[in-house]
Amino acid sequence: MTRTYDLAVVGAGPAGVAGALTASLAGLDVVLVDGAARPGGQYFRRPADGFHAGRAGALHRGLDRFTRQWEALRERADLLLRHRVWAVGRAGEAFTVRCLEGDREERPRTVTARGLLIATGAHDRPVPFPGWDLPGVLTAGGAQALLKGELVLAGRRVVVAGTGPFLLPVAAGLAAAGAEVTGVHEANGRFGPAAHPLLAAGKAGEALGYAAVLARHRVPYRGREAVVAAHGGTALTHVTVARLDRDWRPVSTRTVECDTLAYGYGFVPQLDLPVQLGCATRHDADGSPVVTVDAGMRTSVPGVYAAGETTGVGGAVLAEVEGRIAGRAAAADLGRPVPPDPVLSRRRDRLAAFARVLHDAYPVRPGWRGWLRDDTLVCRCEEVPLSAVREAQAMGATDARSVKLLARPGMGWCQGRMCGYAVACLVGENPAAPRRPIAQPVRLGDLAAPTRPPSGRSATPSEG
Amino acid sequence: MREPYRLVRARPEPEFEISVDGSPVPAVPGQTVGAAMHGAGIRSWRTTRFGGRPRGLFCGIGVCFDCLVTVNGTPSLRACLTEARPGDRIDTGGAAGGPVGGR
Repeated sequence: MTRTYDLAVVGAGPAGVAGALTASLAGLDVVLVDGAARPGGQYFRRPADGFHAGRAGALHRGLDRFTRQWEALRERADLLLRHRVWAVGRAGEAFTVRCLEGDREERPRTVTARGLLIATGAHDRPVPFPGWDLPGVLTAGGAQALLKGELVLAGRRVVVAGTGPFLLPVAAGLAAAGAEVTGVHEANGRFGPAAHPLLAAGKAGEALGYAAVLARHRVPYRGREAVVAAHGGTALTHVTVARLDRDWRPVSTRTVECDTLAYGYGFVPQLDLPVQLGCATRHDADGSPVVTVDAGMRTSVPGVYAAGETTGVGGAVLAEVEGRIAGRAAAADLGRPVPPDPVLSRRRDRLAAFARVLHDAYPVRPGWRGWLRDDTLVCRCEEVPLSAVREAQAMGATDARSVKLLARPGMGWCQGRMCGYAVACLVGENPAAPRRPIAQPVRLGDLAAPTRPPSGRSATPSEG
Repeated sequence: MREPYRLVRARPEPEFEISVDGSPVPAVPGQTVGAAMHGAGIRSWRTTRFGGRPRGLFCGIGVCFDCLVTVNGTPSLRACLTEARPGDRIDTGGAAGGPVGGR
């Protein structure tokens, strides 16, 4: 007989760890599952122990606080790292979390719990442009992950481009770590220090910190500019930087030599698991589908909670607050004496309002579609060029799903995670919530295998 | 390319070697094969099915599947998620782009 936990938390980032800790402090029997080898999610990604980094916090704000939460959680909950979740479902009154343990010799494992907190975060939202599939072009988050998690510089001479406040820590981190950052090209307006949305978000210290690092390394921060093409034979050698008008149409261009481009146009919340369970979704201010939650971070499915970027992209501080609210709600719903915390709720409202300010300040404007040529790949996996998308539309495909069926964008390995936003924009839709019954690659044998509980401490069946 | 070590005051354990098409590439314990290759200047390690285009790291966090690689004969592993082990043999079928073996 498999042990049934009170609460399974998926995701060891700031939302998941705060939620798991709060719930376990309130008396719940908690298990936390994450695919990575180390806790932190994307934001608190840290180097492997083999690096013995004495000051990993140099690359993060708030890492010490997160680490204290993690250490406190270790004593109270079962923590299953290196467990990739590929499906969640129901087994009677309980939820099943189906995982693959390990990064190559994968073993199927299943965790069972009465409640489920989904804190699976988000990934970068790239838009396509000519040359975006050249080696050396990375997402901003990818460059950041290489630095924070692997202590590898994405390149020697790096261009940072896209939109949003995330470009600042990426550029500052790369510059501080020794890369030559030729510039940060923010496609929306460049806000002066006094008007910067980060100030409105109460993050003045953070914004000034990045500005100081960029100034020290003489990295220019330019508004209304974008990388509209990447060039090179087998790897990136230079990019075309365009000055943009208000709608992001290029007004003039110049060439910048570089070996690496780190770019991003916001984030896509990872909704595979909540959609598998039938949780209701809505469109957030940035056009992304997100999980609909109530004031307690409860989704539309009883017993299922969501926190962090899955409920709307808002950053690590908001994610932690949401995790704590979700942990309290999960405990209260299972009968633990947890009173509502109005201070926490007000904090969430305030941080979520700031997140909306940032979404409004850094929208993706329609002009990027004009950067594409007929032969520009829209879908990297299936190598679908813009012309094939247009042909599908000419054949009568009026929505993203029909375009996908006719021209195959989003049918490849990544299942539309990279091109879904772009394809939706090209057909004039908001991106739909993803329908992916299998969230991670899984062997057919594992798909058919009977469920097994995880190894380690938690493998001991609870028989009481 | 060791500057990040200074920033976080890293004192890494001794590197071990993996091989990419027979050429040695160093890796720190805990590093992924994708990070080790990228750090060694190898920017691509497969070509696409239709256009034969070179691909390496793009999203870096296991989402885009561009960095698929064959390790010790096991195909289609995400290089950005696969932790390197001493002696790992990476076979790109000659697709590795960059200064393999000669940094």
